[in-house]
Order: sequence, then C-alpha cells, then structure tokens
Amino acid sequence: MRRITLIVTAVVVVLFIISWIIKTNTVPEDGTFRPFIQGFLVTFAAFLTLAIMSFLYRDNPFYKFAEHLYVGVSAAYAMSLGFWTTLVGNLFPRISQNLSDWFGVPFLHYEWHFVIPPILGIILLMRLSPKGGWISRWALAFIVGTTAGLNLPRFLRSDFIEQISSTFLPLLVQWQGVGPFFSNFSLAASGQFIAILTNITIFLGVLCGLIYFFFSKEHKGVFGTASRFGIWVLMVTFGASFGYTVMGRISLLVGRLTFLLKDWLGIIS
Amino acid sequence: MTNIGVYISLLLIFGGLLAILIYSLKGRDVDRRIIFLFVLFSVASAIIFHIEFEESATPIVKKVFEFVENLPPESKILISFDFDPAMKPEVHPMANAFVRHALVKGHKLYLMGLWPQGQALMTETIEYVLKPEFPNAVYGEDYVMLGYKAGNEGVLNVIITDFRKMYSTDAHGTSLDSIPLFDDVKSAKDMDLIFPVGGGKPGPKEWILFVGDPGNVPIAPGLAAVVAPLIYPYYPRQAIGLLGGVKGAAEYESELKKNYKEFENVETPALQMMGPQTMAHIVIMAFIVIGNIGFFRARRRKWQEGN
Repeated sequence: MRRITLIVTAVVVVLFIISWIIKTNTVPEDGTFRPFIQGFLVTFAAFLTLAIMSFLYRDNPFYKFAEHLYVGVSAAYAMSLGFWTTLVGNLFPRISQNLSDWFGVPFLHYEWHFVIPPILGIILLMRLSPKGGWISRWALAFIVGTTAGLNLPRFLRSDFIEQISSTFLPLLVQWQGVGPFFSNFSLAASGQFIAILTNITIFLGVLCGLIYFFFSKEHKGVFGTASRFGIWVLMVTFGASFGYTVMGRISLLVGRLTFLLKDWLGIIS
Repeated sequence: MTNIGVYISLLLIFGGLLAILIYSLKGRDVDRRIIFLFVLFSVASAIIFHIEFEESATPIVKKVFEFVENLPPESKILISFDFDPAMKPEVHPMANAFVRHALVKGHKLYLMGLWPQGQALMTETIEYVLKPEFPNAVYGEDYVMLGYKAGNEGVLNVIITDFRKMYSTDAHGTSLDSIPLFDDVKSAKDMDLIFPVGGGKPGPKEWILFVGDPGNVPIAPGLAAVVAPLIYPYYPRQAIGLLGGVKGAAEYESELKKNYKEFENVETPALQMMGPQTMAHIVIMAFIVIGNIGFFRARRRKWQEGN
C-alpha cells in the first residue's frame, strides 16, 4: 500500500472518531437510539456523503466502498421487503394455513393457481445452475410475454390514441371576432390570447416535429422550413429537459449539503 | 450579519466567474473541478445565509391545489410513494405538503408504494408530519398505510380491479376487511384522486397508463425534475395538473402557507431550496456563457491562423 494512501486513511479514521465523540455529546436525544449510536449514525452518514462526493475529484477507495455499500444495502432491503410483502403477504395466505399462522398473517382461502408463480420463480433461479440454465428461459419467456401483452394495450391507448386526441385543439379559442378579441386582449396565462398561442404552438410543434422525422421527401422549400422549425422544437424540448435535470441534481446537492451543515456540523439551525 | 455574508458570497462568486472569463479568453482550459467548486460554494452560501425567494403557484400546480380544495370532505385520496432516498430531497417535500393539505381538508388517505424504499419514506411522513401535526387523525379511519408491493405495473393492473387481490393486509398485517377505510373501497377506481410521487419506473407514468386512463381516475403526479418534461404531454387531458421537481413542491408549499394560517410556521424545505437553486442556476448559466465565448474565440483564432 502506498504511503499517501495510508496517511489519508489514517486521517479519515481519526476525523471519523473525533466527529463520533463530538456528535455523541451534542446530538439531541429523540428516544430512538442512545446518543452513542445516534452519534455514530450521523457521522457515518456524513462520511458516506463525503465519500460519494469525493468522486468529483477522482475515483478512490472511499467512493468505491460507499457505492458498494449502497448497492448492497438497497438490494438486501428490496429482497427482504419483497419476501415479507409478496411471499408472506400474498402467497402464504392463499396456499397454506400453517405458514400463514407461522408468519402471523390472516389465512384467506386456498387458490391452487397461486402455486404457479413460485414454480416459475424457482425455474428462474435455475439460471444459476451450470447445466440447467436453459430451463430459466421458460420463466423469462413468460415474463416477457406477459409484460408485452399487458403493456401493449395500455401504451396504445395512453401514449398513442390519447396523445393524438390531445393535439386536436381549436386554433381559435372562444373566437367571437376580431373586435371582441382586441377589446378583451390580455397577456394573463388564462387569457384568450395565450390560450390561442398555446394551441397553435402545440399544433405547429407536433406537425413540424413529425415532418423532421419524415425522410421519404427531401427537406427543401416549405417542407424544409417546417423541418427546420421541427428541429427548433426538439432543441427547446431538450433544453427544457436539461434545465429540469440540472434542477433535480441541484436539489440532491442541496439535500446533502443541508444534512452536512445542519445535522452533522450544526452550522445552521 | 446575514446581509454582509450574502454580499461577500456574491462578490466572491461573481469575482471568481469574472476571473474565469478572463482566463478562458486567454485560451486556457478551465478544470471541471473548478466548476464543481463554484456550484458547491454557491449552494452552500445560499443555505448558510438563508437566501430565499417568494414563490407563487403556476396554473399547472394551482390546478392540483384547487382540485384538492374543491373535493368534498372525506374524499378518498391515494398517495403512492414511488421513490427512494436518492430522490427524497425533491419529491418528499411535495408528498408532505400534499398530506398536510389533504388532511386539513378532512380527506381520507391511502398510502402505498411501488418502490421498496418508498415504504420507509412513507413511515417518515407518518411519524414526522402526520402524527405530530394531526394528532386527531385515527389510523384505519383517516389514513391507512398499505406499504410496498413488488410487481411494478402488475400491482396496478390488479388494484384497478380489486385491492384485496394484491393487498390482503395493510403494512402492519391487519386484514383489509377489518379496516373501516376499506368498507366501501373495492379497487383503485373508487379513489377520488391519486397522487403518485416519484420519478422512475414504476412511477407516475405507469399510474396514468394503468390506472388513470383505464379507470378514469383523476391523477395529479408529483414528479422528480428529471422526468417532468416527459409527463407534461399528459396534461391536461390525462393528468389534472402536476408538480414538477422542487419548484413544483415549492409552489405547492407557498399555496398551502398562503391559504392556511396553521401552516405558516411548518417547515417548508422546498421553498428553502429555491434560494440555493437560483444561485446554482446563475452560476451554471454563467459557465455556459463563458464556455460559449471561449469556444467561439478559439474557433475565430484558429480561422485567423488558417488565413
């Protein structure tokens, strides 16, 4: 091990212990854990936050440790909750009175077809077997087939038919003539002008966006202009997505910094 | 003192940005870690010196708020916690604000989740918001915690026809038949409003596809910012309104504070986040401008050298 690695590790361990001691004496008691444990938990959470953030400088063993711990804990948590909510919550009350009593859940009634999912689950686990791995394809085929079958009508309705219907909008909202339009002119979001502008933007945006992806005709003349407008619409969409993504990531940073400054360092109240 | 801190921070940030602009105009590359440092500093200074801004609800958020306002008391509202701790800072505040609003209006809450980690966050909402702020709310009569179920869209496909086929008990192991809130509830179609909070899969999109549209149930998604642009096309036909990222949450919190005196002093984490958000966005926009100036200058220099 390199000398610098040893020094950094030693510094981190010393800082961790100092923080633990300080937090144990300063952490407010909430009755959940003893101060000794509470101090450790806050310090460990701060250490993990800083370990993950250290990746911004460069890859390092502390980041790797935090990353693996996160993946492991998440997987274990999901698996254990899956056992209690799916097997204990849904399966046992339908296949066995004894098992229901053992786990303290009310027995419903026998439903023989509930035996099929655990069989498929066991078949899926055959993937781990060097020789019987092919058997798992049956369960996988069932999953793929069922998911595709269930999703197809839903997507067809919500993402296709409903979305097309949503673009069938009146281009002139509540139109009573040029006179009333100008006499009631307003730039308010709920006003007639903005409503008309919104509908026209949606109509042109969808039409020109589709034209951009229509490659059977050369993008020249009016068709080319519409196609170029389509690109602009797409760019605005990507820009909005980028803006939202930045907002989301900054929110996470604010969340972690608030934890570090408030719960760990106690700088802010 | 706070104001002095704000001025010093702003001076440091903008002074630093100016220095970087000059640096990049000279044709030198700026290390990406400098950008990270600037973002970190701008966010930290806004948190430490409590830089906050006024928020007012946009029509898309207001529609959700007004929908809850106009529901008759004791309406059934289902909230689905479809997120994990990684998404918590931006979507948990909106879930908490929504729970407050629903309970103060006297609605009945059904809490569930399609993400395993959602159950822990659901418990947090119950322990830190629901119980302390609404001590008179009775479990089983005013709210119920169904917990997490594995199965993604499969869960939704079942509860749209029958809750009991998927949830034989609540999260505490009590049979649904002995919970008063389920006396007149058979499926998700019996809900008056569904508020799915999340940003991944399964999440609000699946709620619209598998419950909202086929069951004709009003959906008001609370979204992580990353997926908000993908859900906007469902408004207003398939979603009555939506809360996009921490901005949506802040707008909902501000609306709640404006309309209910009892929530004037409750914690508003989303509103508090808008200060750091603004500072960070200013810095990022400044870096985009600086990057573009540097790019066009370098291109011009190359063109001049070519001639």
